[in-house]
Amino acid sequence: MRPEMTAAPIDNSFRGSAARNAAARARLLRGLLPALSLALVLLAIAWLNPRAISYFGFNLMLNLAIPIALATIAQMFVIAGNELDLSIGTFVGFVGCVTATWLKDAPLIGVLILLGSIGVYALLGALIHLRNLPSIVVTLGMSFVWQGLAILVLPKPGGKAPDWLLAIMSFKPPLVPFPIIAALLIGLVVHFGLMRTSYGTILRGSGGNPAALRRAGWSLLKTKVVLFALTGLFGVLSGMALIGITTSADANIGNGYTLLSIAGVILGGGEFVGGRVSPIGAVIGALTLALAASPLLTFMHIPPDWQVAANGAILIIVLAARVLISRKER
Amino acid sequence: MADTDIIRLGGAEKHFGAANVDIVRLDGAEKHFGAVRALGGVDFHVQPGECVGLVGHNGAGKSTLMHMVAGTLTPDSGRIGVHGAAEDNYSVSRAQQLGIRCVFQELSLCPNLSVAENTRINHAALTGLGWRRRAAALIAAKLDEIFPDHGISASDIVGDLSIGRRQMVEVARAFTVTRDRLDLVILDEPTSSLDAHTAGQLLAFVRRFVAAGGSCILISHVLGEVLRNADRIVVMRDGKVVASDAAGAFDRDRLVAVMGGAEAHRKTKVQASAKPGASPLRVRARPAGQTDGKDLVACAGEIIGLAGLAGHGQTDLLLQIFAGATRAKAGIEVTAPVALVAGDRQSDGIFPQWSISENIGIRSLARLRNGLLISPRREAELADFWQKKIGIRTPDMNNNIFSLSGGNQQKALFARALGSDAGIVLMDDPMRGVDIGTKLEVYDLVREEASRGRTFLWYTTETEELDNCDHIYVFKNGRIAANLTRDELTEEKIIQSSFGDAA
Repeated sequence: MRPEMTAAPIDNSFRGSAARNAAARARLLRGLLPALSLALVLLAIAWLNPRAISYFGFNLMLNLAIPIALATIAQMFVIAGNELDLSIGTFVGFVGCVTATWLKDAPLIGVLILLGSIGVYALLGALIHLRNLPSIVVTLGMSFVWQGLAILVLPKPGGKAPDWLLAIMSFKPPLVPFPIIAALLIGLVVHFGLMRTSYGTILRGSGGNPAALRRAGWSLLKTKVVLFALTGLFGVLSGMALIGITTSADANIGNGYTLLSIAGVILGGGEFVGGRVSPIGAVIGALTLALAASPLLTFMHIPPDWQVAANGAILIIVLAARVLISRKER
Repeated sequence: MADTDIIRLGGAEKHFGAANVDIVRLDGAEKHFGAVRALGGVDFHVQPGECVGLVGHNGAGKSTLMHMVAGTLTPDSGRIGVHGAAEDNYSVSRAQQLGIRCVFQELSLCPNLSVAENTRINHAALTGLGWRRRAAALIAAKLDEIFPDHGISASDIVGDLSIGRRQMVEVARAFTVTRDRLDLVILDEPTSSLDAHTAGQLLAFVRRFVAAGGSCILISHVLGEVLRNADRIVVMRDGKVVASDAAGAFDRDRLVAVMGGAEAHRKTKVQASAKPGASPLRVRARPAGQTDGKDLVACAGEIIGLAGLAGHGQTDLLLQIFAGATRAKAGIEVTAPVALVAGDRQSDGIFPQWSISENIGIRSLARLRNGLLISPRREAELADFWQKKIGIRTPDMNNNIFSLSGGNQQKALFARALGSDAGIVLMDDPMRGVDIGTKLEVYDLVREEASRGRTFLWYTTETEELDNCDHIYVFKNGRIAANLTRDELTEEKIIQSSFGDAA
């Protein structure tokens, strides 16, 4: 049942405001859910291994969280426009290979390749809009293209990250671990850009009701191109951050990011359709996944063979909790 | 056609001096969608300070014509002139610049955005620092002006608002002004989701707007609304303008006659309905908030009306009854299968990817089955039967449901309910935005089906429709406030029960 069928009479009676207060409360609860699940994972880690909750521990546990957060933000932009990017994982891998080879050896060419790949994303957005193609099909195809290109660039695992990138990623600020500062920064910058600026509103509106936007005179081609280009941009940042941490690359290095990024967006309170996304939630979702992915399971003494399956189980539990809360809202 | 010649000169050419320049003028506008002719050479114009009423059946071409005025559709042939100047590259953004806005029948708000953010979508000028504050102030001021005591906050997410409140936001948004001028607002069924009180507020505002020199095009199937509020009425039929005259020259009967099709509304004083208790009980239901023990009772063959202001628990009760048919619920007793005809057909009624036949057959799958599979032949038989019976206008029932006009989509939803095995049909204000010809056809059908023993529970916001009911329950604040038989029914009684202290 849709909420409006059961909610709020038109006159200004007590029932109207009560129904809307209930809706607002449920929304608040849903907004807090990502933070709540993160707190839960942290509590579990603290209980299993109190020493992990320290400057050094967080640095270690969260070091892969930055690229995951960036990839999740990348995925969030396409989801905001009611599309899905199944190629983000292999794209991150491709960017990683370029970063560990061209960007170090011939920086100018490396930069051009990366800018060009953002341009390819923008073109994909245009293609999907103009030809009315399902993004799942187009990006699934592209995932093989990126994978193939990555293998061409770097047939064997190796390469080396540029020194400046290593320096950035190993930055150790006082008091607060770098991954936490970086996550905050990413979340706040994207939140401002997408949730607070006037064009960000248009971008989200293009997922909420495209027909309304067209009638108001906005170009849906432009919004789609912008959203896909932003996905490309954050995919590039994710790949570079990943290589800054791992120091060398492998063509398959980012393959798991496709599903992680989708799960991060949904865990963070986003929805597949309707332009409902939350950048800060997405970053928190990515952090939760990064923590649940291996530190938590290792502390629980789950053998590595079972960790992938256990990871999936955690995903199901958290997403099921989200669905239950959303249902209460109805 | 002297006017046409002047338009053709283009540039800043005027008609009869500055005072009389039409805000918008279409000459010989034609539009085809595939093989269907939506508009066949229409001349149409609006003057400053004029409220033009536009009436006609669903599918008569009103919406197509308005899409052209608003710039969302371009005519296949014909010319558009705005403020006396010919427009060759007319578009939505051009229309905005020239001060023409449109409130479309299907709501054009983004449900994921707040009221203020939705306002920004229509105003390219709302950018830069503090745009959120300015957008919020803009829409709040306009809502206060049109609908005092509206109870909407600019920070409300539109998806949380009731359909009536959304319509209020959409209407208010169309009248907000930033950088561009505002000369003409097209209101396509603006009151379809509003109750009588808010609809009155809106129409009073429209009169004030027109008196101050603005112009409006008012499209409504509530003919009284058009007759009372328009200065001039344009009637369309089959993609053509068939009449255009001062509003005073029309009355209800003449309007209906010019629109063609069904004859004027005849009040049904016929058949004294089955005595209550004479036929088996079908539904006994008590609203959740009811404390005084009043029940809604419906027997076989009865048409029961649910009246009162919009959103006072009528839909809730219908949904409870619907749920009560499959699962035991406290206070609800249902003794026959139930079908629901949804009010908000776009979100709750049709399956947009499916054909008309599939949309009709979905409620009767058990009967259409052949082994484990659905038999396409039986599905087609069912669809063809109801196409003939209810008059769904389409060349092929296998076409997508969206190829139908709004009224015909609603007919398909009626066919879905009436073609099923349901002994009880729940109707959630299904005639919203449906033309009078279709309405009269459906009324006849409902009475015919009731005489065969079907029970109808009919929530409606249009008092006239209650004439078809044997028994009327008036709702207020989620409770049954009054219980009237058809003989006792008067508009005053309903209004009294809807607004008075809880009886």
